[in-house]
Amino acid sequence: MKLSCEVNVHHLTRVEGHGNINISIKNGVVKKAQWEVIETPRFFEAMLVGKHWENAPYICGRICGICSIGHTLASIRAVENAFGITPSTQTANLRLLLKHMETLQSHILHLYFLAAPDFLGVGSVLPLAKTHPEVVQRALRLKLLANDACDIIGGRRLHPTRTVVGGFTMLPEKGELEKIRQRLMASVPDLLASAELFKTFAIPDFTRETEFVSLKGETNYPFIGGGLVSTDGVVKKEHEYRAMTNEYCKKGFTSKLSKLSRPSFAVGALARLNNNFALLHPTAREISKFLGLVPVNHNPYMSNVAQLVECVQVVLDSVQLIDALLGSPWQEARQPVKAKQGEGVGAVEVPRGILYHYYKFDKDGKVIKADCVIPTSQNHANILHDIEALASQYAKTGKKDREIELLAEMLVRAYDPCISCSVH
Amino acid sequence: MSEPLSYLGVPLARPKVGFFELSSCEGCQLQLLNNEATLLDFLNLVEIVNFREGMSERADTYDIAFVEGSVTRKDEIARLTEIRKNAKILVALGSCACFGGVNQLKNRFRDLDWVKKEVYGDFPIETMEVHPLKDFVQVDLEIFGCPIKKEEVERIVTDLVVGKAVHHPEYPVCMECKANENICLFELGEPCLGPVTRAGCDSWCTSNRRGCWGCRGPAEGANLKQLEEIMHTYGFSSETILDRLECFGGFASFADAVRSPSPNKKTTARRKKS
Repeated sequence: MKLSCEVNVHHLTRVEGHGNINISIKNGVVKKAQWEVIETPRFFEAMLVGKHWENAPYICGRICGICSIGHTLASIRAVENAFGITPSTQTANLRLLLKHMETLQSHILHLYFLAAPDFLGVGSVLPLAKTHPEVVQRALRLKLLANDACDIIGGRRLHPTRTVVGGFTMLPEKGELEKIRQRLMASVPDLLASAELFKTFAIPDFTRETEFVSLKGETNYPFIGGGLVSTDGVVKKEHEYRAMTNEYCKKGFTSKLSKLSRPSFAVGALARLNNNFALLHPTAREISKFLGLVPVNHNPYMSNVAQLVECVQVVLDSVQLIDALLGSPWQEARQPVKAKQGEGVGAVEVPRGILYHYYKFDKDGKVIKADCVIPTSQNHANILHDIEALASQYAKTGKKDREIELLAEMLVRAYDPCISCSVH
Repeated sequence: MSEPLSYLGVPLARPKVGFFELSSCEGCQLQLLNNEATLLDFLNLVEIVNFREGMSERADTYDIAFVEGSVTRKDEIARLTEIRKNAKILVALGSCACFGGVNQLKNRFRDLDWVKKEVYGDFPIETMEVHPLKDFVQVDLEIFGCPIKKEEVERIVTDLVVGKAVHHPEYPVCMECKANENICLFELGEPCLGPVTRAGCDSWCTSNRRGCWGCRGPAEGANLKQLEEIMHTYGFSSETILDRLECFGGFASFADAVRSPSPNKKTTARRKKS
């Protein structure tokens, strides 16, 4: 039996950004098991210094090409918290609906375009268009619905135009929302078919106990603002995010890393679900059970399943949000903003986990200090420890290099890392 | 999916296409996947041989290389040079590649050490002044926008494939905005670079009542002096104008002209407003 293995993945594919995996096993002993992040830093926190507050959401949304809506909303929330602005119910509902549609878009992109090819034994989604046309068409239908909804509410699916501090520059037509509602209802069979598809996938059997950090919902499955919680029992307020993230730098990473009660923790769909399972819509909860996901689940590969459960959750919740919006006449789109000296934090659950934006403003509303803590940067240490544990678990099993490489790649992909975002 | 295509009766070869990214949010590449309705047709037009974000296979030769992002670290110069060597046509994809994009906002601090320290403290980190691609390699075609407009990209790629010349509009966004029958944002109290920014986005932002921030760079013959006068008449400050002019790098020379001393006191004073 072959008990040595060399895995060197330079610029891992089907993830956002640039990362390397290096595993070296000699005679059944792990010599090296690394996750490296080599992405170039862009220095968003420095860019903002001296800038007027209105620049913050506009510029910070551009940290990420996948979750630009989440970044924009976290940034807006931080500014509004600093200025003491409470969004109207209408604004809050529209923002959450927009957030849901980004979650759906991002999760479907990840599940079908980035993760599924591994389970179906191909290198990308392209060959699936021939072999599994119905699967690709279904993915495109779901993604198109989510993106169309983002266009209608946020003005644009990527780097939204209508989202501003105080509310929106413009409101959608009610008829457009009604159409989105119909399409959401019609998408439920596609989501159920997705669940059936993922049920057939062989999820690698690997667990490593870790700590899961997310927002803690009170009455609803949480996405925008609120308390912070961990499965190890840490509870913090939104503005205490630094005590929850404890960022540090490490050789081999251009991104910062985080830790809490243990050397690493995880954020993302699995963390949200582990911490808020009881708050899921009953149908979403049923599908979670159907796919074998019950909290607290410590298999990182189950993040894929958690994302699928969340797709169901956001679709069903969006229908209710649209009903609430359609049920009352439009109020003003935007409330006036008065800048003031102070600081504010915005915590938002974006597709890959909890995101924090923090700003400190002078009396003219200019940024003195900015800080953004990204979900993937919080996950990096956990990915690193998972790769070490994965290498140890398989060191003595005699698997081929390519098998271990694929398991490691799938592991990193399961976190749906947004690496350029994590370095920003 | 892969039926042979023809244009005016002439069969078309499917060019090999690679997508690459330097320092960026990778959003411009995602914009291509974001066009669900026409994605499969688009994929039929070209043969994608390199798209790290979407596929595992990689190839070293390609007819067209689309490069997103700007150059912000030395190793990216080498990567870019290599891509240039392997490609027949190199396309700068999006504002970061064309002008430096939001990344170049850090260039306004002359002191790079301060920039590094502000984010990483004493942890050693490598970076450099941000540059667009054209500062290091020949760029054959620029596709503007933050983000790029997918319809525009598809039109440009189609033109490239069938061998038609690619033209960018010379007129400003303001023309498209008027054609879309929008209320002028100046009248709504919203600052806007629409009168001086190159069109082609179909007034994407301004049709959503968001003023233009100039992500596509200047239109031909953009009259900045006049714009400044108009914006001052409407009560917008020089700082408000500068925030927009300097955001994406396309208006760098114009931004210099209105720039007040840099907010970072440690840096050398910039040219005073002329």
